[in-house]
Amino acid sequence: MSAEGTPLLSVRNVSIRFGGIVALDGVSFDVAAGTIAGLIGPNGAGKTTLFNCLSRLYRPTGGAILFEGMPILATPRHRIAALGLGRTFQNLALFRSMSVLDNVRIGAHCRMRQGFLAHALALPAVRREEEAARAAAAELVALLDLQPVADVPVAALPFGTQKRVELARALVTRPKLLLLDEPAGGLNHEEVDQLRSLIRDIRDRIGVTVLLVEHHMSLVMSVSDKVVALNFGRVIADGPPAAVQADPDVVRAYLGTEAA
Amino acid sequence: MDMTDRTWRRIGLAALLALACLLPFLVSSYRTFQLTSALSYAIALLGLNILTGYNGQISLGHGAFYAIGAYVAAILMDRFGVPYWATLPAAGAVCLVIGFLFGLPALRLEGLYLALATFALALATPQILKYKLLEDWTGGVQGIVILKPDPPFGLPLDQDQWLYFFTLVVAIVMFWLGRNLLAGRIGRALVAIRDHPIAAETMGVDTAFYKATTFGVSALYTGVAGALGAIVIQFVAPDSFTLFLSITLLVGIVVGGLASISGALWGALFIQFVPNVADHISKAAPWAIYGLFLIAFMYLMPTGIAGFLRTLAARLTRRPSRR
Ligand SMILES: Nc1ncnc2c1ncn2[C@@H]1O[C@H](COP(=O)(O)OP(=O)(O)OP(=O)(O)O)[C@@H](O)[C@H]1O
Ligand SMILES: [Mg+2]
Repeated sequence: MSAEGTPLLSVRNVSIRFGGIVALDGVSFDVAAGTIAGLIGPNGAGKTTLFNCLSRLYRPTGGAILFEGMPILATPRHRIAALGLGRTFQNLALFRSMSVLDNVRIGAHCRMRQGFLAHALALPAVRREEEAARAAAAELVALLDLQPVADVPVAALPFGTQKRVELARALVTRPKLLLLDEPAGGLNHEEVDQLRSLIRDIRDRIGVTVLLVEHHMSLVMSVSDKVVALNFGRVIADGPPAAVQADPDVVRAYLGTEAA
Repeated sequence: MDMTDRTWRRIGLAALLALACLLPFLVSSYRTFQLTSALSYAIALLGLNILTGYNGQISLGHGAFYAIGAYVAAILMDRFGVPYWATLPAAGAVCLVIGFLFGLPALRLEGLYLALATFALALATPQILKYKLLEDWTGGVQGIVILKPDPPFGLPLDQDQWLYFFTLVVAIVMFWLGRNLLAGRIGRALVAIRDHPIAAETMGVDTAFYKATTFGVSALYTGVAGALGAIVIQFVAPDSFTLFLSITLLVGIVVGGLASISGALWGALFIQFVPNVADHISKAAPWAIYGLFLIAFMYLMPTGIAGFLRTLAARLTRRPSRR
């Protein structure tokens, strides 16, 4: 879509079905590097399913996904993070018994190299790598105001705080593209405002491209450079926020559900 | 964790070590023998705890790896004249490979299904050891008798004391390696897989490789422990390695404390000495008494002995202005 060549993410004609349900039906859209893209749609439209295809948790029945121009549908799941595709989960997927700091440090796993033997023998390389991971994690813990709870097991924290831990964990992987699945879920008005500026900072200061799934319309419309709307697994609109918001198909899709 | 916690831990560790070095001079040689056996159990329990406590893979069959380690040691000493200390790396290596290979198909099995597969392993072990075609090596039902090693360098120790110190050093090395393994990236990945395998994989953890390797490492620990056990008891026979041993190891990690390194030591002392205590209390129904002890421990220390001690230490060292 942009003139500078290949988009960072290119979803091409992706389809997936679960039994009789066609959850994604020939979905195609691009996300250009350096942008914030919104992905909207009523409940059950297929937004999370698309994220799960991107992080290889689901295998699409058809289509292709290109990241930096490279097809990723044959890449093993555990290599996705190292490629630069980070994500958060709609319903939280934290490591419950671990502290906030350890959860965030797991994010650095994909950037670390030392294996079983090196760790067992406590080689100097291990100490250096661990120190770097601790520093990187501490930086994001600070950025997301998690310092006061850094040593607390995540399971003991409120939902909103846990969402921030997930965000920190995803950022430590040093993603090029960050997939956010309903980060505003369960947040109050003030927290949504903070989230808005946080998402902008992530793009502007850390230089991470963002694909944002949200039901919070004013948030999506105010931060996104472009918005893709899904309904029943199909793309029904793709364009600038204002145009998508005014699109008759989008208005119809949201009638009777949330206000568009 | 702040400095004072660490200092306390150091002091505790030093005291424990001093006690461990004194004990064989204070107790009878039979007790020394029992303590040596407990140390070998502690190594096995650390191995099982890495697998089950940290990584969340249940094994009802670790007695099989203990048996393999024991037989590797016995056969190497008996048939090939290998010195006793050199059998430990061999036992560990054999179990690492077998554990890894067993861990690969076990990847498809979750929770109770994995428990069943390992249960089958435990059931089959004594019978495989009695198998006619292996008799030349294993000694069949008779087993293998091995000689007790003498202390080297003219050390002023009797055989039991020497074996105790030998086992103590091996245990310290194995615990040091285990602590290192669990302290960083690898340890976090193991717990992450236990807590949320999908999220772990999304964060870049190769769960298949980690689970199989952890199975191998766990088997290695248990195999080394089995080799030590054989040397200490001077005898291996198929019926020492029944399902009961596997269950006992599982009891050890739960009583000692799941996902705790020190828990392996406490659990080992429990499985070594509580049956004796029970036997003293009632010759007629020792296992009923053992059962009561188990229930009481689990009731009073639901997070195991290690968890109980941690809570206790936190209470004792709590300072007024704690963050
Ligand atoms: N693993 C699965 N098995 C069966 N059906 C599934 C599975 N995952 C998703 N679906 C179905 O696919 C459809 C799309 O679900 P998805 O979770 O992607 O919606 P969504 O757009 O994220 O909705 P929401 O806004 O409520 O989060 C739904 O009908 C859902 O029931
Ligand atoms: Mg969803």
